[in-house]
Amino acid sequence: MKHIKTLNDATLKKSACSGGCGECQTSCQSACKTSCTVANQQCENQK
Amino acid sequence: MVHTFVALGCPIALDVNSGAVHVLDQMTYDVLHQVEGMEALPETCPEEVKTSLPYDGAEVDEVWSELKELQAAGLLFAKEDYINPDWAVLKNAPVKALCLNVAHDCNLRCKYCFASTGDFGTGRKIMPFETAKQAIDFVIERSGKRRNIEVDFFGGEPLMAWDTVVKTVEYARSVEKEHNKNFRFTITTNGMLLNQEKMDYINREMKNCVLSLDGRKEVNDDHRPTAGGKGSYNVIVPKYQQLVAERGEQEYYVRGTYTKKHPDFAADVMHMATDLGFRNVSVEPATGKPGDPLAITEAELDAVKAEYDKLAAELVDKPEINFFHFFVDLQQGPCVVKRVRGCGAGSEYVAITPEGDIYPCHQFVGNDKFKMGNVHDGSFDTKISDTFAGLNIYTKPACQNCWAKFYCSGGCAAGGYNINGDLKEPAFVACELERKRLECAIAIKAIRSGMAD
Repeated sequence: MKHIKTLNDATLKKSACSGGCGECQTSCQSACKTSCTVANQQCENQK
Repeated sequence: MVHTFVALGCPIALDVNSGAVHVLDQMTYDVLHQVEGMEALPETCPEEVKTSLPYDGAEVDEVWSELKELQAAGLLFAKEDYINPDWAVLKNAPVKALCLNVAHDCNLRCKYCFASTGDFGTGRKIMPFETAKQAIDFVIERSGKRRNIEVDFFGGEPLMAWDTVVKTVEYARSVEKEHNKNFRFTITTNGMLLNQEKMDYINREMKNCVLSLDGRKEVNDDHRPTAGGKGSYNVIVPKYQQLVAERGEQEYYVRGTYTKKHPDFAADVMHMATDLGFRNVSVEPATGKPGDPLAITEAELDAVKAEYDKLAAELVDKPEINFFHFFVDLQQGPCVVKRVRGCGAGSEYVAITPEGDIYPCHQFVGNDKFKMGNVHDGSFDTKISDTFAGLNIYTKPACQNCWAKFYCSGGCAAGGYNINGDLKEPAFVACELERKRLECAIAIKAIRSGMAD
């Protein structure tokens, strides 16, 4: 494409197929304790 | 839903439902920005869009054709219909994470402390080992098939309850195999009582440690004096540097708080990251009920957003520095199921006091209305658990049309409750800052990838 560069494809949608195991870290246990950011958590199945 | 924005001078489009991210040229940004509120792109570019822009019509048609191509590929204006809203509600949720408030006491008197300088307004206490043992038994019993169990030693100041910390780790390690569990310990400390023995133990046993420091000496010492009124910076910084140097590649964060009095946190982050050499840094805004003298409010929003811009510009060419809120894993982050489920407080995650009382999270401790039970008598109010399990992006009205909903899971329930008196109404300031940080984080990714200048 001439005008658009895709940095990231439909990773969110793809994750629906295999997600939901519940083994990953609770988001508040990371570094914040006052906000809620899940996007910087790691998936246990992709380490 | 599409969100277009410019951060670090870089025009970007986020396709909310698919997770796709596109770096745009200026003309494409100008076109897409005008139509981002549409359900889907029409066959041709609307005339009113064309005539409102200073571009040649043929060029706009070319842009439109590329946008349509992305839409056809499911990378723009993707539907949300692949998500089942039932995923968001954890029914009979296993408890798999504890915030273990081993000390309701503290040797610092931080001016913004949500825990009333450590005792949560309930009197200064240390958790006896017997209570911590019951808490470990509680989470083993309540965690069902979940293997990974997280226990964060919190307070107050957990190093004031060191004996309990060590015995709790030993006990959990002694029983984890027979129950097919894997305990992951973390600790959040102010560093005052760190010594070689404690550093060695933390670096051996704790998967992550969060080291509290508010940045520059004058800022830290104003925010975080000792009980005797002296500054803490000179005591804790050398200890943190030693602990981190001896920790190797293991996870840690130096974590600060910025306030209405000291909102220029970009300088504090850079001081900690470059002057002091800490590579993993996080800062959070002070929060509090309306009228709190140090909490960040709407009045400070513009200045605070400008600080994030300043920080992003500083960090974009320093990939060796990991600023917590600018780290977004676009490729292998958490699955969409986790992203729609909320923070887990009160369901997957609970806080336990020195008396063994159970609360939805550390920020509700001391509020009797939210007391869920006690580990000594085994009581556990599943109605409160169900209420919290029902807090997610589909039950919070403000999240419905928010482009950031899959990146924050609906925000902090305690923040919403403390400010709006409603668990389902997120704190506006927190939402605004979350959105700002995400824009910076995505722009940093785009520039580092070489796709943008």
